[in-house]
Amino acid sequence: MTAHLPRAQQPEQAPGLSSSFSEYLGVHAPELLPGRRALPGVDGSSAGGSPAGGLAPHATTIVALTYDGGVVMAGDRRATAGAMIASRDIEKVFPADAWSCVGIAGSAGLAVELVRLFQVELEHYEKIEGALLSLDGKANRLATMVRGNLGLAMQGLAVVPLFAGYDLARPGPRAGRIFSYDVTGGRYEEHEHHAVGSGSLFARGALKKLWRPGLDAGAAVRVAVEALYDAADDDSATGGPDVVRRIWPVVAVIGADGYTRVPDAELGDVARALIAERTAEQEGRVR
Amino acid sequence: MSMPFYVSPEQLIRDKADYARKGISRGRSVVVAEYAGGIAFVAENPSRALHKISEIYDRIGFAAVGKYNEFENLRVAGVRYADLRGYSYDRTDVTARGLANAYAQSLGAVFTSEPKPLEVEVVVAQVGLEPGTDQLYRLTYDGSVAEEHGVVIIGGQTEAVAGPLREGWRADLDLPGVLSLALAALSPDPAGGPARTLSADQLEVAVLERARPRRTFRRLEGAALQAVLDGGAPAAEPEPATADAVADAGSHSGLPSDRVD
Repeated sequence: MTAHLPRAQQPEQAPGLSSSFSEYLGVHAPELLPGRRALPGVDGSSAGGSPAGGLAPHATTIVALTYDGGVVMAGDRRATAGAMIASRDIEKVFPADAWSCVGIAGSAGLAVELVRLFQVELEHYEKIEGALLSLDGKANRLATMVRGNLGLAMQGLAVVPLFAGYDLARPGPRAGRIFSYDVTGGRYEEHEHHAVGSGSLFARGALKKLWRPGLDAGAAVRVAVEALYDAADDDSATGGPDVVRRIWPVVAVIGADGYTRVPDAELGDVARALIAERTAEQEGRVR
Repeated sequence: MSMPFYVSPEQLIRDKADYARKGISRGRSVVVAEYAGGIAFVAENPSRALHKISEIYDRIGFAAVGKYNEFENLRVAGVRYADLRGYSYDRTDVTARGLANAYAQSLGAVFTSEPKPLEVEVVVAQVGLEPGTDQLYRLTYDGSVAEEHGVVIIGGQTEAVAGPLREGWRADLDLPGVLSLALAALSPDPAGGPARTLSADQLEVAVLERARPRRTFRRLEGAALQAVLDGGAPAAEPEPATADAVADAGSHSGLPSDRVD
C-alpha cells in the first residue's frame, strides 16, 4: 500500500476495469479477495466432509419475509463450532447499502468477509457511477461473489447468504424482494418468505403458518422473531432469545425509508410477549 | 541534418505551468468552506450529469476545476484508493492527508514527465468530528499541496473575490450563511458583465455533515437547496428515522442514509 494512486490516467494499463470494486481488487490485491485462498494440505477431493468445516465457527439461521411495502430480515445470535457454542452474540444480518441487507449462514469468518466486500462493492459502484445499482444488479453481484467461493465451499467452508431489499424501481406493496443462493452461486428469487441455515427447515415451517398477505412492518417483525424461536426450539445450532443476558435477534426492516435496524428495546418487548404467550399455552399441561 | 532545438528546463516548466494555469482560469470557480455543521462545497455548474463535487469516502469530499476528463480520472482513482485502503485496513484509516499525498504524487509525475500537464486544480476536504478539526488540502496542476483553513476558492478568476471571501468567513457560520458567502464569491461574471444572481438550478452544492454516522456526504438539490438558499433552516432530512436508527445500532456497521437521486 504505497502512496501511489492507481493509474486511472491510463485506462489501457488496467484493461477491463469497471465500476466494480471486487474486479479492481482482483487486479491490484487479489490476496484480499475471499475465496482466492487455498487451504494448505486439503484438496478439493475431500468434498464436503473435510475437517475445515468443523474447525471454524458456523453461523446458523436467517429468516426473511415480505410485508406490505418492504421486507424484514432476522437472524439469531448463535455461532457454533462442532457441538460447542462459539458465540452467543454474533451478528449475522448486515445492511448491504441504504436499501438492502444481507444475512449469512455457513462459515462465519468467510461470510463476514464476503459481506464486507459486498458492502464496499455497492458503495464503490454508487460513488463511481453516481447512481445506485438496481436491486437485481445487487443480487447478481452477490451471486458472483458466492460463486468465487466455490473452491472453499467444496472443502467444507460454504457461505450461503440471503439477500433482501427494497426495489426502488417498483415502489408499492410489492417493493420488498428476497433472493436466496446456493454454494455454486445460483441465485433464486423467493416470494413471500424464506429461511437459510441449519434451523431453516423449522423456520420455514413456522413462516408458512405465520405469514399472511397484508402484514405491516410491526407484525412482520413479530413473525420473524417467532420463526426464529421455533427454529431454536428444534435446532441445537440456533439460539433463542436470551432473556437473562438480554440478547435478541438482529432484525432489519427495509421499507420506503430504507434500511432500519429494529432497536433492542423493541425486540425485547416482542420476544418477552412471545415467551409469555408460549408459556401460557403450556399452562396445565402435564408430561 | 537538423539540430533539435534546445529548450532550457526553466523555460519548459514555465511554459507547462502557464499552459495549465490558462486552462484552469478559463473555467468557473468552486468554493469549499468549513461551517459549524461540516464542510460545504459550492460550484457553479448547470450540468446535472457532470459533477465537479463528489464523495470520496465516509468523511472525505472532492472538488475540482479544469478539464472534466482529467479530474474525473483523478476522482475515480481517489475513490479506488480510498476504498482499497479502507477495505485492507479499516474505514478510519482513510484520511484526506493520505489521499492528498497520493494526488500530489500523481499530479507531480504527470507534470514532470508528460508533454502536457493536467489542467486541474483539486480540493480534498475531510470533515472532523469537532468544529475546528476539519482539513482542507488544495492541490495544483504541478503536484504542490497547500493546507488551507476555513475557506478556499479554486478555478476561474479568483484574484478579486478571494480576499473578501476570506474576510467574510467565520468559524461559526451556519449553512445558509456559508452558502450566501460562497455565492457572493461566485457571482461576478467571468465575461466581465455585471454580477449575476445564481439560482438553485445553476448550482452544484454538497455538504459533508459532521454529525452524520458513517457516510457524511450529501448533495443538496432542488427544493432542499432552494430552502437553504432562502435562508431557512437546513432542509429537513429526507429520512431522519434511518439515520437515527443506524446511529443507535451501536457496533453494527451503520450504512449510508443519504438518498442518491
